[in-house]
Amino acid sequence: MQASEMAFYFFSVVIVVSAILVVISRNPVHSVLWLIVTFFGSSGLFILLGAEFLALILMIVYVGAVAVLFMFVVMMLNINFDQLRSGFTRYLPVGLLIGLILFVELSLVFSDWVPANSYDYKIQNSTIGDIENTKQLGLVLYTDFVLYFQLAGIILLIAMIGAIVLTHQRKRNIKRQDILAQIYRDPEKAIELKDIKPGQGL
Amino acid sequence: MDFSSGMGLILLIVGQCLLITVSVLLCLAFLMYADRKIWAAVQMRKGPNVVGPFGLLQSFADFLKYVFKEIVIPAGSDKVVFILAPLITFVLSLVAWSVIPFNEGWVLTDLNVGILFIFAVAGLEVYGVIMGGWASNSKYPFLGSLRSAAQMISYEVSIGFIIIGILISTGSLNLTKIVMAQDGLYGLFNWYWLPHFPMVVLFFVSALAETNRPPFDLPEAEAELVAGFQVEYSSTPFLLFMIGELMTVVLMCTLISILFFGGWLSPFPFLPDGVVWLVLKVLFFFFLFAMVKAIVPRFRYDQLMRLGWKVFLPLSLGWVVVVATLAQFDVPGYARWVIEGV
Repeated sequence: MQASEMAFYFFSVVIVVSAILVVISRNPVHSVLWLIVTFFGSSGLFILLGAEFLALILMIVYVGAVAVLFMFVVMMLNINFDQLRSGFTRYLPVGLLIGLILFVELSLVFSDWVPANSYDYKIQNSTIGDIENTKQLGLVLYTDFVLYFQLAGIILLIAMIGAIVLTHQRKRNIKRQDILAQIYRDPEKAIELKDIKPGQGL
Repeated sequence: MDFSSGMGLILLIVGQCLLITVSVLLCLAFLMYADRKIWAAVQMRKGPNVVGPFGLLQSFADFLKYVFKEIVIPAGSDKVVFILAPLITFVLSLVAWSVIPFNEGWVLTDLNVGILFIFAVAGLEVYGVIMGGWASNSKYPFLGSLRSAAQMISYEVSIGFIIIGILISTGSLNLTKIVMAQDGLYGLFNWYWLPHFPMVVLFFVSALAETNRPPFDLPEAEAELVAGFQVEYSSTPFLLFMIGELMTVVLMCTLISILFFGGWLSPFPFLPDGVVWLVLKVLFFFFLFAMVKAIVPRFRYDQLMRLGWKVFLPLSLGWVVVVATLAQFDVPGYARWVIEGV
């Protein structure tokens, strides 16, 4: 077995095992930690494919940001996961059905589907050349797929605005800090020096 | 022995790793001493002056003290995560050094996406803090870790945008190429600090916040949170946290030197380039870090968040647009694409 094959099996086993542990861990924080291990395994697979840019972006976005927020939520909210899990056997058939449908769909897609020829050719070809991975992505992303790229950006923007609108409520009876007023406070006006004689008050 | 394949290659790589690890840790011992000395000098104290000549061996004495103390693990803690957290902090801050170029060709892995690697590793460091705070199963550490997580994520965003500005100018994510792009006839006026000037200040402040250094050391704010996420830690795990944090500080100093101040390039055209310059630059920025620690009072938490999201983020984002425009129209100094081929 070659070193790259061994690495592939190693990462695959890590991904599968940690993904199972995400589901069966009793403690939700442990689940998130196993999820992070899963992300690590996936980014290892990306590196094996020679896609080091994607691998590191996966680490930065998913592990560095998304999973931290998961962790935040899970740590802050005191969810009783045992209670949530009590219906496990009841919902098992539905879950299995969904999983089966997904599996069939994926296998259909991957058995029969051919990516658009021109792009496939371009990407395949450039992998052989010594242009670095990041540049290859840039060359395709900002030329042929620029509309899709912008579209993805707009979707993200709308999602962001939506999240802000949902959470941002201006309540009237809340004391707010006026930072500018605090910054521009002048010690000359705020402090008054008095000369107090001994034995006398103010 | 053949060092180009098989066992020889593995031995060579292990040797290089050891060399970097040992020299970084050794430097760290003296930097920690320097940090305390500078702090003491500002406050007109003497600082450590007992162990060894001028107290030079103080860090080693501290090291021995930490290692030989008993490791106390709280009964209610999550033991595995509790032990894992300091290890993560320590290992990650060490791993980042593997892509730092110390001189032309003096780099363990000349990664194409080196800067991204460092950014990813710095992003992961927040886990040490969160896990440590959560696993302690106690209120103060938990609050400290929540603060820290929010803080580190906030400032990472602006650091990311500042780095993107540099990348646009260089046209590469490789750290060696970033340094080489700053090479030129005019010595220090060729470095990125001149065209990217406002971002140097922003990066420095963001680096302070990212590494939880004063004035942004809210996670451990001893006045309100005792010591934040480290409250329950003792002995070697605490030592690992401390070394990890300081190593990240030095890493950030190195990163500033590489991104904005030409890494190992000499500031004057008539002097040769070399690793000495990098060391001097790192020492200078470490001195600045120590001075900031000694001089600036701690931020209030809401002000810290406001600074990150409402000041630094728009500024750095706007700067990316400015740099991209300038580079597109070939303004001198902004477009130095050194990579060949398309």
